[in-house]
Amino acid sequence: MVRNDADAPALRLELRGISKIYPGVVANDHVDLRVAAGEIHAVIGENGAGKSTLMKIIYGVTPPSDGEIIWEGHPIEVDSPAEARALGIGMVFQHFSLFETLTVTENVALALPEARDMPALAARIAEVSQRYGLPVDPRAHVHALSVGERQRVEIIRCLLQNPRLLIMDEPTSVLTPQAAQKLFETLRQLAAEGCSILYISHKLDEIRELCHHATVMRGGRVSGVCIPREESNHTLAAMMIGRDLPVGDHPPVEQIGEVRLRLDGLSLAADDPFGTDLRDIHLDIRGGEIVGIAGVSGNGQRELQQALSGETPIDDKSPVQILGVEAGRLNAAARRRLGMACVPEDRLGCGAVPAMSLSENAVLTGADTLGLVRKGFVSKRRATEFADQCIASYDVKCSGPEAAAKSLSGGNLQKYIVGREILQEPKLLVVAQPTWGVDVGAAAFLRQAIIDLRNRGSAILVISEELDELFELCDRIAVMAEGRISPARPATEFSMEEIGVWMAGLWPGADTSAARAASEKAAA
Amino acid sequence: MEQDLFSAILFATVVAGTPLIIVALGELVTERAGVLNLGAEGMMAIGAIVAFAVAHHAGNPWIGAAAGMMAGMAMSWLFAFLSLTLMANQVASGLALAIFGVGLAAFVGKPYEAVSLPAVPPLALPGLSSLPLVGHGLFQQQPIVYLSWLLFAAITYFLYRSRAGLVLRAVGESPASAHAIGYPVIRIRYLATLFGGALAGLGGAFLSVFHTPLWVDGMIAGRGWIALALVVFATWRPWRVMIGAYLFGGVMVSQLFLQGSGIQVNVPQQFLSALPYLATVVVLVLISRNALSIRLNFPASLGQPFRPDT
Amino acid sequence: MKWIRIEARQEPDPLMRFGSPVLAVTLTVLAGLLVFAVLGKDPVEGFKVFFLNPLRDTYALSELFLKATPLMLCALGLAVGFQANVWNIGAEGQFIFGAIGATGVALYGGELGLANSPTLMLGLMMLAGAISGALYAAIPAWLRTHFHASEILVSLMLVYVANLFCSWLVFGPWMDPDGQNFPQTRSFDDAALLPTILEGTRLNLALPLALGLLLIGHVYLNHSYAGFKMRVAGGAEFAARYAGYSSRRMVWIGLLAGGATAGLAGMAEVAGPVGQLTDKIAAGYGFAAIIVAFVGRLNPFGIFLASVVMALFYIGGEQAQQYLSLPSAIAKVFQGLLLFFLLATDLFVNYRLRLGRSAHH
Repeated sequence: MVRNDADAPALRLELRGISKIYPGVVANDHVDLRVAAGEIHAVIGENGAGKSTLMKIIYGVTPPSDGEIIWEGHPIEVDSPAEARALGIGMVFQHFSLFETLTVTENVALALPEARDMPALAARIAEVSQRYGLPVDPRAHVHALSVGERQRVEIIRCLLQNPRLLIMDEPTSVLTPQAAQKLFETLRQLAAEGCSILYISHKLDEIRELCHHATVMRGGRVSGVCIPREESNHTLAAMMIGRDLPVGDHPPVEQIGEVRLRLDGLSLAADDPFGTDLRDIHLDIRGGEIVGIAGVSGNGQRELQQALSGETPIDDKSPVQILGVEAGRLNAAARRRLGMACVPEDRLGCGAVPAMSLSENAVLTGADTLGLVRKGFVSKRRATEFADQCIASYDVKCSGPEAAAKSLSGGNLQKYIVGREILQEPKLLVVAQPTWGVDVGAAAFLRQAIIDLRNRGSAILVISEELDELFELCDRIAVMAEGRISPARPATEFSMEEIGVWMAGLWPGADTSAARAASEKAAA
Repeated sequence: MEQDLFSAILFATVVAGTPLIIVALGELVTERAGVLNLGAEGMMAIGAIVAFAVAHHAGNPWIGAAAGMMAGMAMSWLFAFLSLTLMANQVASGLALAIFGVGLAAFVGKPYEAVSLPAVPPLALPGLSSLPLVGHGLFQQQPIVYLSWLLFAAITYFLYRSRAGLVLRAVGESPASAHAIGYPVIRIRYLATLFGGALAGLGGAFLSVFHTPLWVDGMIAGRGWIALALVVFATWRPWRVMIGAYLFGGVMVSQLFLQGSGIQVNVPQQFLSALPYLATVVVLVLISRNALSIRLNFPASLGQPFRPDT
Repeated sequence: MKWIRIEARQEPDPLMRFGSPVLAVTLTVLAGLLVFAVLGKDPVEGFKVFFLNPLRDTYALSELFLKATPLMLCALGLAVGFQANVWNIGAEGQFIFGAIGATGVALYGGELGLANSPTLMLGLMMLAGAISGALYAAIPAWLRTHFHASEILVSLMLVYVANLFCSWLVFGPWMDPDGQNFPQTRSFDDAALLPTILEGTRLNLALPLALGLLLIGHVYLNHSYAGFKMRVAGGAEFAARYAGYSSRRMVWIGLLAGGATAGLAGMAEVAGPVGQLTDKIAAGYGFAAIIVAFVGRLNPFGIFLASVVMALFYIGGEQAQQYLSLPSAIAKVFQGLLLFFLLATDLFVNYRLRLGRSAHH
């Protein structure tokens, strides 16, 4: 990168040699970054490349270990998010920083130190939401909002502070493709008005479409700076992971087997008042196929996964049929004995006990199926042997079977958990968010392991918010919206466009009144 | 005659409910910030003995009450240091505080067991105190009784109308979000815990300096725990604390009046004394079955440690 | 800029896991010396009276273990629940009910002709003690599993109720008619007293019984699948649900185990050193056992050691009252301090302190 001192004053933000060192990890290693006024600047990198840490440094959440931040020509130290906001830096978090039991106005007020007059603030919220096409009701409680609406609240909260730099962390991961397009319009409007935008993402297509410049990160360092429009996905990927994107081996379905999972009118009221009720779900999954569930998060995916795994009890036994057995009332352990396995979306705290060792965590699901418990006693030897095997065959980087689950990185723990389930050779596997927060290499490995299991005749259900992933993995895809599920369709017959419409609840034959309510929520 | 009895019952109920109100309101503020301090019993005990000792030596009940508040605050600081700074388990730290406080109060209080303090005269509110029926029961009370009403009003305003209260509720609901938008979560939790400690100390002081006025080992008699239960009963809402506290006060004094009223009661005194504790259990059961009402008012991070990443 | 920072360890330090209780005991002793000095007592003398006198000879040691026995029993049962985050803090009440149950057998057993059969009598008393304690603990268990009522508050409220119930018994129907109106039952027959195991001391059969139970507890907690499930539930509630473990069952096991051992401890107290039921029978054992369980790391071996330390504080308190004219409540101060120090030193298990700002290795 060549520094051009002539245009230095036009720079809104410049980072020089920013480093952040955590015990045992260098998250950022001498990172340079330059963002001009009115520029939409992408920061690309895979999970763990150091993007989020860098943004936390800019937003004052965490201090850098070394380096300089220059804001509009002046070196600054940002000690807190409040200070960052006072400077004119706003941030929209990937995992929202909203408060469920408070209203939209109260949530916005919390970020505005001068806001005292609530009715006046509500009026300003309405005005900004009008101007930027971000509809939201200021009096609504956040827990009643869809994920897309919550994101709008976050954006409005930033905009009310008249930011000159807006940081967006993976904003489209919670949106339908159509909603993402609307967001891009808003962002372009903001940029045209002079606001700079730092756009964090790992989705190469949208970066090429939206961003003026891109800084690519790999392993905590800057591995390239480019104009994304002039690059291809291949060249960007090469900068991002140092090689081309790995491509899975996904032969078409050869032999479709018998029905292994049948959902026959599954309805379930959520036990969490802020959760989503499941409504009359019908779905069949056969041996030898992978079926995906697409949808914007918060539309009942978590509830569905828990109803399938047996974590949430169901009063009636017929709606969930596993391998021909009416299993609705069975708990998770009993369903596992029928030949089902499950990978939950929260790996630490649900899929694994954080403080327990990997070998102990093997007992969690392998007690019966792997014979790790004999006559009421845990066989430590067998558990260790199994953990060893799983670590070796799934290439889990750790200090050994005695390592505590919480000491593993997200990707390695996910490999261990997926490995633990697949090594039990389940006849039916339910996987939620198989590659969340996992680096590209591990993600490809995990997807291949799932495809291989299918090729051995298992039935597999994948619940994911990443459409690209579903298209890569699945033979058929169904869409979930507002607790309902669309008919499943061969993945090859879906276009991105169409799946986006379905994600708003508008599939052919959908209950129209419910669909309208859903689409009002998901629209924009 | 009947009116006199009503007035006397009302008076005693208000007196019995007052320490519960003070302590429960303090704990409510603490819990709204997401901190579960189970040590109320210990803080009350320390507040009671320190207030008593200081009031005795200084010859002034108000200096005693102030000292009791400071002592309760000091105890809650100990808890805050363990659970907020050192990130110890909040349940264990609270239990430690309860056990330690009761033990320490017994130890420190030994020399004061034979001492008695002069009674503090009640303050009759002009006009109101001569109201028929309720005048004596409500408005010829200890000043601290009126203070408990002021506290109720102030805390209600603080929680629902002030910006600081909004921040406090936000911290209790999601410390991670509050931290992300720049609020000093640990400092806010410290302040809320110290406030709860001060009120627990004041509640103890009310018992030892204004109510009895005596110090006896074991005089708190589970009131700290009942106050904790009251916060659950109130589903973290101040007005329900008031109702609950006076209901409990009524239960507590009922036995005295049953015995004194001349009505023949064929129930052993111990069974009547057990009523407040049994009532607590019943109330917990009735409230806890309504999961929805708890979930909507419950500070979601209650009892969860929070560590800002640096 | 902070010069001392708390930094997470990648793995818990195994040395500190067992080192922190030792450190906490040491700090408590040091704090004790300070307390003596502040109170104007010679710290060396105080140390001798409080911490060494209880260890000076066989008889003193026998008294120490006599005191430690109910603590180990209660703490063992509590540890089972605490492992699964089932917070039974009402062991004191369950202890009292155990004592009441055993006393019932002792008082009425004679009429059934049990006076000539000590084995049967004691066996029935143990059974009655354990069952009474467990039944009393079943109340919070039932209210928790069916109504979500907090077992912390319910079990604690029931302590006060148990105390009052016991007081009613010894002031009322069970009062010794020849006891000059003291709140106590008549002294038990010999058949209803636990045999001593060491000549010239009060140390009785309860100690080997408690040690046996500790061993069983060790196998249960650390090797059995049922114990594993409890640990999973305590470590991560959602993981237990994911694995298909019933959380209700954990609550039941946790509370019943605590109630049964506390009830047994109550039986051992009335059939042992006290020899009758009195209104002060529990003497705070149920609360002290909470500290024992934590200091013992919820581990049976640790509980054994911790109960001896706590018993030392109890006896030290009595000694301090006798020789230093300090209130015996000083024992409770030290017990509380011990738990405080433990919670503080536990920080080092999962974190380390670092000096200076840089985090370079």
